[in-house]
Amino acid sequence: MKKMNEENSKISVRNVTKVFGKNTKKAIQLLDNGANKTDILKQTGATIGVSQATFDIRAGEIFVIMGLSGSGKSTLVRTLNRLIDPTAGEVLIDGKDITKMKKDELREVRRKKISMVFQKFALLPHRTVLENVEYGLEIQGIGEVKRKEDAVRALKLVGLAGYENQYPSQLSGGMQQRVGLARALANDTDILLMDEAFSALDPLIRKDMQDELLELQSSMAKTIVFITHDLDEALRIGDRIALMKDGSIVQIGTPEEILINPSNQYVERFVEDVDLSKILTANHVMKRAETVQIDKGPRVALEMMKKLGISSIYIVDKKKTLLGGLTAADAREAIDTGKSLQDILDQDVQTVTEDTLLTDLFEKVSQAIIPVAVIDENHRLKGILVRGAVIGALAGNNEAINILQKNENEPLNSAHTEHKEGQ
Amino acid sequence: MEGLLPKLPLGSWIDVFVDWLTITFEFLFDGITVVLEGIVEGLLAGFEFIPVILMIILITALAWWLAGKGVALFTIIGLFLIDNLGYWDPMLQTLALVLTAVFITVLIGLPIGIWASQKNGVKQVVTPLLDFMQTMPAFVYLIPAIFFFSIGVVPGVVASVIFAVPPTIRLTILGIQQVPADIIEATESFGSTTSQRLIKVQLPLAMPTIMAGINQSIMLALSMVVIASMVGAPGLGAEVYRAVTQIQIGKGFEAGIAIVVIAIILDRITQKAGSRKKGRKK
Ligand SMILES: Nc1ncnc2c1ncn2[C@@H]1O[C@H](COP(=O)(O)OP(=O)(O)O)[C@@H](O)[C@H]1O
Ligand SMILES: [Mg+2]
Repeated sequence: MKKMNEENSKISVRNVTKVFGKNTKKAIQLLDNGANKTDILKQTGATIGVSQATFDIRAGEIFVIMGLSGSGKSTLVRTLNRLIDPTAGEVLIDGKDITKMKKDELREVRRKKISMVFQKFALLPHRTVLENVEYGLEIQGIGEVKRKEDAVRALKLVGLAGYENQYPSQLSGGMQQRVGLARALANDTDILLMDEAFSALDPLIRKDMQDELLELQSSMAKTIVFITHDLDEALRIGDRIALMKDGSIVQIGTPEEILINPSNQYVERFVEDVDLSKILTANHVMKRAETVQIDKGPRVALEMMKKLGISSIYIVDKKKTLLGGLTAADAREAIDTGKSLQDILDQDVQTVTEDTLLTDLFEKVSQAIIPVAVIDENHRLKGILVRGAVIGALAGNNEAINILQKNENEPLNSAHTEHKEGQ
Repeated sequence: MEGLLPKLPLGSWIDVFVDWLTITFEFLFDGITVVLEGIVEGLLAGFEFIPVILMIILITALAWWLAGKGVALFTIIGLFLIDNLGYWDPMLQTLALVLTAVFITVLIGLPIGIWASQKNGVKQVVTPLLDFMQTMPAFVYLIPAIFFFSIGVVPGVVASVIFAVPPTIRLTILGIQQVPADIIEATESFGSTTSQRLIKVQLPLAMPTIMAGINQSIMLALSMVVIASMVGAPGLGAEVYRAVTQIQIGKGFEAGIAIVVIAIILDRITQKAGSRKKGRKK
């Protein structure tokens, strides 16, 4: 992993506005007075691409920009490497304002700091796969041997070893985009911009690519700005998500924050048909587990169940390691026959880990006699899954969802893996 | 018929202007004459040095390599026919004239096309100029050509170049501007300089279109050979012209066929050369 400098904000976008067309001054004035995109188009003929966007992207995170088509995502991401010059505002890359850079300075930033992956791959059809991946190195004047070495390594990373001498048109869409990704990786930049990089791929391949990107990211820790119009994709790969509408950013937050607390109706509408079962995990819906320690007798266990009005209980050791479950009926029988808890506990209690998605635990929950236990990697009991709560959460009942406190006051300098945990 | 207003003395203005040009730039026109004459005569000397049979084999081999068996077969039959009819030497003169004109056309057209493709302002000046050049009857170019370059092969080359250069320029602009915007964006995003973008991306991708332009220029230059012969350029054109003025239908037809044969050979070879490249790369 690269060591990041003290500055934690890798990219800082300050009040960036992009107006297309003439009359940009008037349009900006109107924007300042609070006019919206449609009014400005009517009054001046100018199109607002991006409107006063302000946000920070942290080193090492995957920052997703999401919104419907035409909401300004592509324009915004292009202001980050100045493929589009913003009409107003600043973009700081590692603290340096890219909007004020001279041509050669800008070129240096594009060569060394930021690389980009495009929706329609944008490969060079007259060059082989290897030559495509070498392109960014070649134009820096890097020697043939070294650049070939780097390009081959990048191709290996994306699983395309052996395709070096093919032409892009000989490859499938998914493979072409791997070339696009390898080309961007070969330059070894800190920042990776991906404009709808997977949108042109069919759904199964798209999932694969998302997984692979996450896997690559876990070892590279680049700062990735990922554009998508697909909420599922945003939720799957984003550490944080910015939602855009009509050129403005309407909400920024972790996937959970956006799902659970949509900041306005637009976001709410966006998230309303999300398949929650693919987003929420056991962690979100589990309830407190009632336990009894193994050295206690069946009488104590039965008494606790009676008091709490429940029909089964979990048996743990002193460290809260899950040993098994016990129903009220079994407890009563043990009292009659004089057996200990050790003798009668049901070791076949169904378990899941905290990060299991709801979609993957349905079956277990619906079949379990004793509620499914949620455990951590050390087999410690964390909670239980009550059927009603799981169904409630799926129905969008917010009270059934645990909001994890640790996400909210997360320190800004947390490493990548830390904010990944909350999902 | 009298016009409504006194006639504009446009003709005499142009006369004055051309006179001024001829005198002021005499050294330039003399230099151009020397260079063009040198190229045409050098080529011709080279062609004539090669024995007829070897020349036929060489051109046929080139046709085979670039354009395939069918074209090669046509080439060998066509060239033997020309030799048999007794037009071998005029044919070589025509070839030297056309190739020189095309060489100059590419030399001028390609850079102008590239420049215009990069700068919208340039394109806006060049495009109407090309329209003008293409709609003006080709004969008209002969007059200033004679003035500046007297008579012989040089004014013929110059008139051919003026007539033939527009497609090369147009299709160079088109080919470069046709390169998809996202490929240009990608090239920019990696920090290419303008010349890197041009040489490594735009020109290679535009090459099939540029070749199509050059092919059209070759055809236009060939179509000028009869007109060029009016200012004294030797070759097949001169044979046709003589036959026409002496009303010798049979002779005119023979020389005409020789021109058609050359035209088809040049067209097929350059056309296939352009598309062959594309086929391999795609
Ligand atoms: N080059 C351009 N000229 C004029 N308007 C543009 C241009 N590029 C984008 N726009 C407009 O800016 C808005 C945002 O476009 P874009 O950033 O491409 O959206 P998205 O990527 O979210 O689909 C749209 O209204 C679009 O029509
Ligand atoms: Mg877009």
